[in-house]
Amino acid sequence: MLELVSVSTLNGLLYGMLLFLMASGLTLIFSMMGVLNFAHASFYMLGAFFGFQLSHWLGFWPAFVLAPLAAGGIGALVERYGLRAVHRHGHVAELLFTFGLTFVIQELVQMVWGKLPVDYRVPPSLDFTAFTVFSTNYPAYKMFELATAIAIFLVLLAVLTRTRIGLIIQAALTHPNMVAMLGHNVPRIFMLVFGVGTGLAAVAGVIAGPALVTQSDMAALLGPILFVVIVVGGLGSLAGAFVASLLIGLVQTFAVASNASLAGVLGPIMPGAPAAIRDLWDVTVAQVAPVVPYLLLVMILILRPAGLLGTRDT
Amino acid sequence: MRGEALLKVRDLHAYYGKSHILQGVDLDIHAREIVGILGRNGVGRSTTLKAIMGDVPPQGSIVFKGKPIAGLKPYEIACCGLGYVPEDRCIFPSLTVAQNLLLGVKSGQKTSRWTVDDTYRLFPQLAERAETPAGVLSGGEQQMLAICRTLMGDPELVMIDEPTEGLSPQMIERVGDLLKQIAERNIAILLVEQKLTIALRISHRLYVMGRGRVVFEGTPAELRDNEAVRREWLQV
Ligand SMILES: Nc1ncnc2c1ncn2[C@@H]1O[C@H](COP(=O)(O)OP(=O)(O)O)[C@@H](O)[C@H]1O
Ligand SMILES: [Mg+2]
Repeated sequence: MLELVSVSTLNGLLYGMLLFLMASGLTLIFSMMGVLNFAHASFYMLGAFFGFQLSHWLGFWPAFVLAPLAAGGIGALVERYGLRAVHRHGHVAELLFTFGLTFVIQELVQMVWGKLPVDYRVPPSLDFTAFTVFSTNYPAYKMFELATAIAIFLVLLAVLTRTRIGLIIQAALTHPNMVAMLGHNVPRIFMLVFGVGTGLAAVAGVIAGPALVTQSDMAALLGPILFVVIVVGGLGSLAGAFVASLLIGLVQTFAVASNASLAGVLGPIMPGAPAAIRDLWDVTVAQVAPVVPYLLLVMILILRPAGLLGTRDT
Repeated sequence: MRGEALLKVRDLHAYYGKSHILQGVDLDIHAREIVGILGRNGVGRSTTLKAIMGDVPPQGSIVFKGKPIAGLKPYEIACCGLGYVPEDRCIFPSLTVAQNLLLGVKSGQKTSRWTVDDTYRLFPQLAERAETPAGVLSGGEQQMLAICRTLMGDPELVMIDEPTEGLSPQMIERVGDLLKQIAERNIAILLVEQKLTIALRISHRLYVMGRGRVVFEGTPAELRDNEAVRREWLQV
């Protein structure tokens, strides 16, 4: 039991931090431009495929650095030449644009790498057991993923709160016109935030790719969870995105690992299944784990529509 | 008059949707001059400043330091040396006073005739509250901060929209003194006001606006003597 709890906690933290790498960029982009970037998870996928390809050519470590730069560069170009042109036609056009972009990226990825999973592996230098909890061997690669995610989180925090460009970004989140009238090139800041935001999603892809399956449907699988995270956290709230990322990471991981069922919990006090819920009686939490984030979403929307730490009244 | 104007506005028009707000505004501001724009609420004084700043699309000619700036983006206009303090002040409430001042400095700006310490000397209350979030300052302090933040960008002309609105009489006097001290550093000021108080006291020249146009131009003394203009365009 203790073994399960400690391993699941580590895994949950890891999953949560990876979610936050993506949710942070998505949240910053949303607060700044008022656009929900549907294509955000696609940049996570690009990160994974670029990581695969570049580590094939150059080795894992160069790929670890170059793949996010490449994906973030593409993100910046998308903002500069796509989103900015669409912007004058309003938010709906921008939403449709990012929505369309998810399909463009998915089709391109399938054209280049096919529909089957690619062989993106943990690099040999990280392919060993970090430590053993009771009888579970915890892989070093997962510790590397966790450390990377935490390091990036700390750097992001320091940049946003301690540097001049971070302060400009903070101010532009709420008062973009005033920031421009003080002489700051706000469109260039938007491009930078979009590039860095998509680059962070790509970092998540590069490091998660070898641990998960690198395949052309990975964006479509992850995208919905990402939206759950930022809605649960409160649209536009970075702190909220952080809390929600960890919450969903942990909840999801524990759910997958849990074989509790109604029969198990209520069995001792109720001899048989009530007719109304007979079908649910023996279903384990693990079996419904994929639905858990969405249940959380529905609950939050009913109980706290602005999200955990959201202030926006929508 | 004395040479070429620092800011020269000719036949300026501006629209909100279909409403034709500015209907041909002409203004001149020379270097080192304090110029007031007066008028009742809704006559288009704020819109004039926004159009000059590029925040509202301008039509007509706007020339600053000999360079046409109509059609440039707001940040480009700011980088030409034009400072703007909007009516609602727009301080960044979650950032500290010191951080607000820091954001007034433009990226790549080399020298400035203003340092943070200069602004603290002009207004010691800001120094005491340097590490306080700007959102908790009083209205008067926020106004001072907004003005000082714009000064940090080393403008040659500052346009200030109703800085005394909602302030106590003492605070209004302090704003007036601050503006005079700023002008002593060879900075031109375009001051929008509704009441005559500090505008009459500190301005070298005054414009009165009515219904999207300039209806009077002259010195404070001339306006004081012109009962008809004051009755028709200023008194409420
Ligand atoms: N954002 C806006 N949208 C539509 N009309 C506006 C807007 N801002 C101001 N107006 C209108 O433009 C006119 C001039 O406004 P303004 O320039 O703010 O006047 P002033 O600053 O002299 O009080 C007013 O009639 C006002 O109602
Ligand atoms: Mg006004």
